[in-house]
Amino acid sequence: MTSVILIPLIPLLGFLINGLMGHRLSRGLSQVIACSTIASSFVLSLIWFTRVLASPDHRIDLVVGEWMSVGNLQIPFGFVIDALSSVMLLVITGIGLLIHIYSVGYMHHEKGTARYFAYLNLFVFFMTLLVMSSSLPFLFVGWEGVGLCSYLLIGYYFETEEAPQAGLKAFLYNRVGDVGVLIGMMTLFLIFGTLTIGDLLQQVSQLRPETHFGLITFATLMLFIGCTGKSAQIPLYLWLPDAMAGPTPVSALIHAATMVTSGIYLICRLAPLFVLTPITLHLIAWIGVATALFAATMALFQRDIKKVLAYSTVSQLGFMFLGLGVTGFSAGFFHVFTHAWFKALLFLGAGSVIVALHHEQDLFKMGGLREKLPITFYTMLIGALCLMGFPGTSGFASKDEILYLTYLHSPTLWGFGVLAAICTAFYTARLMVLVFAGKPRDLKIFDHAHESPKWITIPLILLSLGALLAVMFGWPESFGGHNTIAVWLHSAITYGQTAEQEAHTLIPTLAWTLALISTVLSLLSAGIAWKLYSKGLSWEEGFERKCSRTYQILREKYFVDQGVMALIINPFFFLGKVFWKLGDVIIIDGIGVNLPGALTRVMGDLGSHLQTGRVRNYTLLSVLGLLGLLMLLLVARI
Amino acid sequence: MSSFANTLLMLTATFIPFAAALVLLFVPKDRSGIIKKGALIGTVLSFVLSIPFFFAYDRTSDAVQWAQSWSWIPSLGVRFSVGMDGISLLLWLLTTFIGPIAILCSWEAITERLKEYYIWLLVLQTAMLGVFITQDMFLFYVFWEVMLVPMYFLIGIWGGPQKLYAAIKLFLYTLAGSVLLLVAVLAIYFLQAKTHGTLDFSLESFQAMAPVIAQQTKTYQTLLALAFFVAFAIKVPMFPFHTWLPDAHVQAPTAGSVILAGILLKMGTYGFVRFLLPIFPTAVKDLMPWFIAMSLIGIIYGALVAMIQKDMKKLVAYSSVSHLGMCMLGIFALNPYGFKGALFQMINHGISTPGLFLAVAVVYDRRHTRMIADFGGLSETMPIYSTIFMIMTMSSIGLPLLNGFIGELIILQGSFQAFPWAAVVATTGIILGAAYMLWMFQRVMFGPISDVNRKMTDLTPREMVVFAPLVIMAVWIGLYPRPLMEIMDRPVAKLVRQVNPDYYLAPSASSDQEKAKREGMQGMVAPGTDENSNLTETSEEK
Repeated sequence: MTSVILIPLIPLLGFLINGLMGHRLSRGLSQVIACSTIASSFVLSLIWFTRVLASPDHRIDLVVGEWMSVGNLQIPFGFVIDALSSVMLLVITGIGLLIHIYSVGYMHHEKGTARYFAYLNLFVFFMTLLVMSSSLPFLFVGWEGVGLCSYLLIGYYFETEEAPQAGLKAFLYNRVGDVGVLIGMMTLFLIFGTLTIGDLLQQVSQLRPETHFGLITFATLMLFIGCTGKSAQIPLYLWLPDAMAGPTPVSALIHAATMVTSGIYLICRLAPLFVLTPITLHLIAWIGVATALFAATMALFQRDIKKVLAYSTVSQLGFMFLGLGVTGFSAGFFHVFTHAWFKALLFLGAGSVIVALHHEQDLFKMGGLREKLPITFYTMLIGALCLMGFPGTSGFASKDEILYLTYLHSPTLWGFGVLAAICTAFYTARLMVLVFAGKPRDLKIFDHAHESPKWITIPLILLSLGALLAVMFGWPESFGGHNTIAVWLHSAITYGQTAEQEAHTLIPTLAWTLALISTVLSLLSAGIAWKLYSKGLSWEEGFERKCSRTYQILREKYFVDQGVMALIINPFFFLGKVFWKLGDVIIIDGIGVNLPGALTRVMGDLGSHLQTGRVRNYTLLSVLGLLGLLMLLLVARI
Repeated sequence: MSSFANTLLMLTATFIPFAAALVLLFVPKDRSGIIKKGALIGTVLSFVLSIPFFFAYDRTSDAVQWAQSWSWIPSLGVRFSVGMDGISLLLWLLTTFIGPIAILCSWEAITERLKEYYIWLLVLQTAMLGVFITQDMFLFYVFWEVMLVPMYFLIGIWGGPQKLYAAIKLFLYTLAGSVLLLVAVLAIYFLQAKTHGTLDFSLESFQAMAPVIAQQTKTYQTLLALAFFVAFAIKVPMFPFHTWLPDAHVQAPTAGSVILAGILLKMGTYGFVRFLLPIFPTAVKDLMPWFIAMSLIGIIYGALVAMIQKDMKKLVAYSSVSHLGMCMLGIFALNPYGFKGALFQMINHGISTPGLFLAVAVVYDRRHTRMIADFGGLSETMPIYSTIFMIMTMSSIGLPLLNGFIGELIILQGSFQAFPWAAVVATTGIILGAAYMLWMFQRVMFGPISDVNRKMTDLTPREMVVFAPLVIMAVWIGLYPRPLMEIMDRPVAKLVRQVNPDYYLAPSASSDQEKAKREGMQGMVAPGTDENSNLTETSEEK
C-alpha cells in the first residue's frame, strides 16, 4: 500500500544523491541514478494506474502521517490516487523519463551535469507530490516546489546574465499567483473548515442553493489567479517565454508538458467547486481564449525557434482553460494529455535542431535541414500536425472537442478560439518550413549540421508514437468515439457529487460541421504559410517593410513587458527609494532622531560656555539672576 | 527528579554562561585559545542542559512549569520568581541554541580585545535567558536592562566604522522605551497597592490587574498601554521605531547581528504576548486599528526599503522589519492561529535570519565588503556556500517544507479570520520578500564572475559547523513542526482566554457547527468554534 509514496520519494533520493555527492560521482553514474529513479517511479505509476483502474470507485486514499495541526487546520501527509492523479503521474514520470534520457544526450557537452540531473529529479519529486496530495496545503508544497525547480533550472546557466534573470522573473510571477492560491485556501478554510480536498468536495455537494456564494466565488477567483501564474495565462504569462533561457529539455518537461499544466490540474481537482461559481468559469473561459489568441499572434513572427514554441505553449494552455471555462473539464484535461506529448516532442525536436546547429536558435539562419536531420524532421512533423489539429491527430481530437463545447456555450468564444487555431496553424507551418524546407540560409551552419545521437532520437521517436497514439484514449463522443479518458476521469472530476455535472449535449452533425470549419481554415492558413515561406524570407521581410508598425508590435509582444516594467516594477523601486531616503533618512532619523540629538549637543555646547571657571563671571550671573527674580516679583505684584 | 531540582537545572542552564564569564575574568588576556574554548563550553553546556526541558515540558497544562519563587526584597514585594510556560520555553531554547553559534562565528573574526568580547557575549547570553524565565516584573526589568549593556559594548567596541553612532542609537532608543516601561510598571504597581493593598511585582498579579485597569479612565489606560507598547515596539522593531536596527546590524560584529536578529528582536514580540496583551486587553482593542496599520506599514515599508539596499547586511536588516511586521500582525489577530503563527515565525526568523547574517559574514570575511555590486557568480567557486545560502534564503521567503512557510501560513490564516483585508494586504510582503531576497541572491551568486571573486574559497569546516545546526533546524521544523506546535497549544489557548475571551464564546458548540453544515446554511463557520471543539476533543483524549 505504501509503495505509492515511493513515487515521489525515489526521485527525491536521486536528488539527494546527485545533489550532495554529485561532484564525486562519475558522469555516467550520476546520469544512471537520475534516469533509473525516474524509471522506477514510472513503473510504480504504471502499477498504481492499473490498481486504480481495478479498484471499485477508482480512488485510493492514503494517509502516512500528520504534517501539521493547528486547531481545526489539520494537514496530513495524505495522498490520493484517482483517475486525475494517476494519469498525471504517468505523464510526469513517462515523459519525464524520456526527457531524462534525452538530457543525457543533450547535456553531453556540459560540464558537471550532476547538478542538472539533481534539479530535474527534484522537479519530478515536487510535481508528483503536487498531483498526489490529498489536501490543498500539501498540494501547495508541490506547487511552490515546482516553482523553485523551475527557477533553478531556468537559471541553470548561471554564469550568464539573462538566465538567472529569467529564473527570477519566473519565480516572482509565480509567487504572485501563489499568493492567490494562499488567499484562496484561507477563504476555503473559512467557508468549509477543512482543506482536505475530499472532505471539501463532499461538503460542496451538500451546499444548498440558498448558500451564500460570494465567498466561494472569491475563493475560486483567487485560486484561478494562482493558475494564471503557474500556467502562464494573462496577466501572469510573461515569465514563460523568458523561461526558454533554460536548457531545452527543461523547457520540454517543465514549461510544456507538466508544470505549466498544474493550473488546469488544480481546477479539475476542484471542479465541483468551480461549477458552483459561474462568474469564475466565465472569467476562466474568456481569459483562456484571450490568452490563446493573444499568444498565438505573438508567436507569428518570433525568430527564436524556442520562443515560437513558448508562445505556442501559452496559447495551447489558453485552449485548455477555455475548455475548463465551458465546464468541459475532461476535454480540457485531455488536451493537457495530448499537448504533453506533442509539445514535449516539438521542444525536444527543436532541441535536436539546436544541438545539430551548434546552439543556433535563429529560424532565419536555418532552412533545408530535412535531409540532414531526417528523424528529427519526421518526428517533428508529427508534432506539428498534432499542434495544427490535422484531422485524426490527437491535437485535432482534444482541440476540436474543446471548440465544440465552447460553441455550445457561446459562439463568440468559439469564433475567437477558431481564430487562435488559424494563427496556430500559421506559425507552426512557418516554423517547420523555415527549419526544414527551402534552401539553407546559412551555409556555414548548414554544413556542420548532423543528425543527433541515439540518446536524442530515440526519445523523439517514442514521443511521436505517444503523440500519435494518444488520440485513441479520448476520441470525443461528439465525433462518435468512446472517449475512454473522459469516462475514466468522470469519477474524479465529479468526486463526492450527487447531481450529474458533465452532461454536454451531443450533436454529432454540429460537432463535425464545426470541426470541418476550423480544420479547413487552419489547413488553409498552414498552406498559406507554406506558400509564403517556402521561397525564403522575402515575404516576411516585405511584410516587415510594409507594415512595420504591426510587425514591430507583434515581434515586441505588444510591449507588455516594457509596460509592466514602467508601471509596476519601477514604481516599486521608486517607492522603496522614497521610503528609504525620505522616510528613514530624512524624517525618522533626521528630524526624529538626529535633530533632537543635535539640539541637545548645541544646548550643551552653549551651556558649557557659561562654565568659564572664573569667580567674577559666576558672581555677575548670580547678581543678574537675583535682579531678574526681583523684577519678576515686582511685575507680579503689580 | 523533584520539581525543585528541575528548577535548579533551569537556573543552571541560564547562569552557566555568566559563570563562564566570571571564570574567564581570571584567564590572562593572551590565552585566546582558552578564552574561546571556555566561552564555547559555557554556551554548549547551557544548550545541552536546556534540551531535557523540551521533552520534560508537560504539554497538557497551561501552567507555568518549574516555577519557584524566593523572597528577594521583601519590603517592596520583589521576589526572585522563575518558571516557564510553552511560549517562554521555546524562546529560551532558541536562545541556548543560538549561543554556541554566536561564539563559533566570532572564532576568527574577533582578534582584538578578545577576552572582553567573549565575556560580554556570555553576560548577554545569561541576560537574554533570564528574560525568558522570569515571572516577576522587577526581575524581568533587571534582565531586560542588563541585556542592553553587553550589546552596547559589542557594537561600540567591535563594530564597523560608525559603531559609536549605532551603539548610542541602539542604547538611547531602547532606554527610552525602557524608561517608559518602568513608569508604567510602577503605575500598575501602585494601582495594585491602592486597590488590593498588596505590594507585589509578580507577573501573575500584574496580569490579574487587567480588570482593575479596565475600569480606569480611558486616557489612563491608553497612556499606560502606550508606554508598554513603545517599549516593546522599539525592540521588535515596529515602524516607525525601526531605524536603530539597520544601523545596529550593519555596524555590529557578526555575532552581534546574529543575536540581535535571532533573539533580541523576539524580546519585543515576547513582551507583547506576555505583558502588553494580557495586562491591557481592553486598551489594546481600542488601539487595534493603529497597531494593525503599523504592522502592515512595517511589512511593506520594510520590504520595499530592503529591495533597494546595496549593502547585504542592511538588506537583511530591513527584511527583519518586514518579517517582524508579519509576526505582529499575527499577534494582533488575537486568535490561536495568529498567536501560534507569530510564535512559530519568531522561532523561524530566529533561525533563518541569523543564517543569512552568517552567510553575509562568509563573504565579508573573505573580501571585506558587503556591497552586492562587488560580487557575482560566486556559485561557480563556492558551490557549498551557494547551496547553504540558497536554503537560508528559501527558508526566509517561506518555501514549503522549510520552516518559514508554516509560520507564514498560520499567521495568514489567523489574520485572515480576524481582519481579512489586512491579511490580503500583508501577502504583498510575501511577494516582495521573494523579490528582494532572490534578487540579492542572484546578484551575488549568479552571473559572470570577476577575477577577484574567482579567488574566493568555499566554506571551511568551521563555517560548515556553524551553518549545520541552522540548516538542520530549518528543514526539521519545515517537515515536522508538530512538536513545537504541541508545546504552544495550551499556553496559547490560555493567552487567548486572557486577551480575547469572546473568541471562545462566539456562537459556539461544535454541534451547532455540524448542524449548520448539515443544513447547508451559509457555509460560514463562526470564528472560534473550530478551535473550541478541538480543545474539548484534546481534553477528552487526556
